[in-house]
Amino acid sequence: MVRVDGNGSSASLIHVRGLDKTYARGGEVIHVLQGLNLDVDSGDFVAFMGPSGSGKTTLLNLLGGLDVPSAGTISVAGDEITHMSASKLTAWRARHVGFIFQMYNLIPVLTAFQNVELPLLLTKLSKSERRRHVETALQVVGLADRMQHYPRQLSGGQEQRVAIARAIVSDPTFLLCDEPTGDLDRKAADEIMDLVGRLVREFGKTVLMVTHDPAVAQRAQMTLRLEKGSLVGAPEGAGIA
Amino acid sequence: MKFLPLVIANLFRKKIRTTLTIGSFTVALFLFGLLVIVRGAFSQGVDIAGADRLVVINKVSLIQPLPLSYRDRLLRTAGVKEVTFQNWFGGVYQDEKNFFPQFAVDVNSQRVMYPEFTVPEDQWHAFVEDREGAIAGQSLIDRFGWKVGDRIPIKGTIYAGPWEFNLRGIYRGTRAQDDTTQFWFHWDFLEERRAFGKGDVGWYVVRVTNPDLSVQVAKTVDAEFANSPFETKTDTEKAFAASFVKQMGNIEFLILTVGAVVFFTLLLVTGNTMAIAVRERVGELAVLKALGFSNRFVLLLVMMESLTVAFIGGGLGILLAKLFSLHGDPTNGILPYFYLPPLAMVSGVGTALLVGVAGGILPAVSAMRLRVVDAIRRV
Repeated sequence: MVRVDGNGSSASLIHVRGLDKTYARGGEVIHVLQGLNLDVDSGDFVAFMGPSGSGKTTLLNLLGGLDVPSAGTISVAGDEITHMSASKLTAWRARHVGFIFQMYNLIPVLTAFQNVELPLLLTKLSKSERRRHVETALQVVGLADRMQHYPRQLSGGQEQRVAIARAIVSDPTFLLCDEPTGDLDRKAADEIMDLVGRLVREFGKTVLMVTHDPAVAQRAQMTLRLEKGSLVGAPEGAGIA
Repeated sequence: MKFLPLVIANLFRKKIRTTLTIGSFTVALFLFGLLVIVRGAFSQGVDIAGADRLVVINKVSLIQPLPLSYRDRLLRTAGVKEVTFQNWFGGVYQDEKNFFPQFAVDVNSQRVMYPEFTVPEDQWHAFVEDREGAIAGQSLIDRFGWKVGDRIPIKGTIYAGPWEFNLRGIYRGTRAQDDTTQFWFHWDFLEERRAFGKGDVGWYVVRVTNPDLSVQVAKTVDAEFANSPFETKTDTEKAFAASFVKQMGNIEFLILTVGAVVFFTLLLVTGNTMAIAVRERVGELAVLKALGFSNRFVLLLVMMESLTVAFIGGGLGILLAKLFSLHGDPTNGILPYFYLPPLAMVSGVGTALLVGVAGGILPAVSAMRLRVVDAIRRV
């Protein structure tokens, strides 16, 4: 269950307390996130909505260990990541986070297979074990027959499915999706959201997603709204204080 | 090894650019190889000079002769073990462009003085027995297609008139860098036929009993002939060869300057190429970091690309230079020692790799320092 009132259990998969993020721009201090609390349990599927500049992507970056907060703490599966060194954080990301970006961000000179294999190159898996994992991930996203295709040979929806396969291939603790359908037409967007829904239902994945699209947000178990760096409203059960 | 496909794929994302950069390395290293060959051709005499041999020339200049009578006095000098003498002949074979050095040698002491040159025993005897006999180096034989028994006509320039020699043997070097472009004939034959300069030799070569005493023996020799009509200047063979090279100008400096300019230009080309390659892929590098690839990995990835280009291009260039050198001296005798040693090939590829490191390091560091959040925002 998702809570944002700071009363969640410390046993939550994701445990955020008093999260602040400020930027200095031309002598002015900009508060992007202010005193944010969040608890997300394993298997939750949460959508974050809000206007541009409300801090959605910043929150995702902080949860994914791509950025460091100005204050507050983030714990994931018992690991407090806010004080990790850069190198430890990098290793932690490889183990725990699967990223799905709006623009897919596949490496254009690598095939679908090689793109999906990338996170596994950081593990000690043998070549044959890596191959098995990659084939499984591509089967899950329905692209087993496109393994040797390059990104330019795939449609936008297929590219995003390859990106999803890359995100799940190392079986990370949770997935972070930043506008995963932002660059797709409605049909492709629905297919992607069907796939993300399957990952939650069938594989028990925990998903945190940022979106501008209410139709996409509806696919999540719950939607949290960010405005000016604070969570200002949530559907029933979100535990807003 | 498992990251190799990533390096290769990145390298060939812009095939034309990569090919041109590899081509730059190839041309530069080919040039490097040629410079090494030319430098070696000029300095090989210095490099292979006998440590225990001294060269005694006329103090005025190498062109001025010394009397034959010095031979016995040299042999009596303390520390001297053996003595031989030679004359420069300077003839023309068929055409002036067919240059090769011809020496009138003392058949009694030539082989003892130069054990690095080998002649089959029967051929040497045939040479000794024939007053008009001659011995030619293997390179010369290959160049003109001569064979033992041929009659070799040479037009004298210093000692005018037509001269003819019977080719009685072939000498070979015991080391790859030994000069096998020389033509030897009897000093006695020259002495008998020449119209002037009788009783003169061009220079003496002296073997000392102990190489450590070379400088001392040289001083003794020069002192022996001081204040005579034919004063001498004695040097070790190495110093003599070095001074000979110096007469042609500072070849070493010239080669170093050309080489430095070439490599500096190559550095700029590589640096620019790698900087563009990194700038184009900021987003991709950021994604790699987001996936968990470390800053150090990203640095090494860019460096590996730079080094791979340097290795392929450099290796190709040095290989081409080696193949070129295998055809032998293209200057018809001006650079008899036309050889690219393996050590120079290794140092050439090493230098290319250094340029690869220097050209790739700044772009690699900037890729390493890339902040994922900023870079992904730019995609």
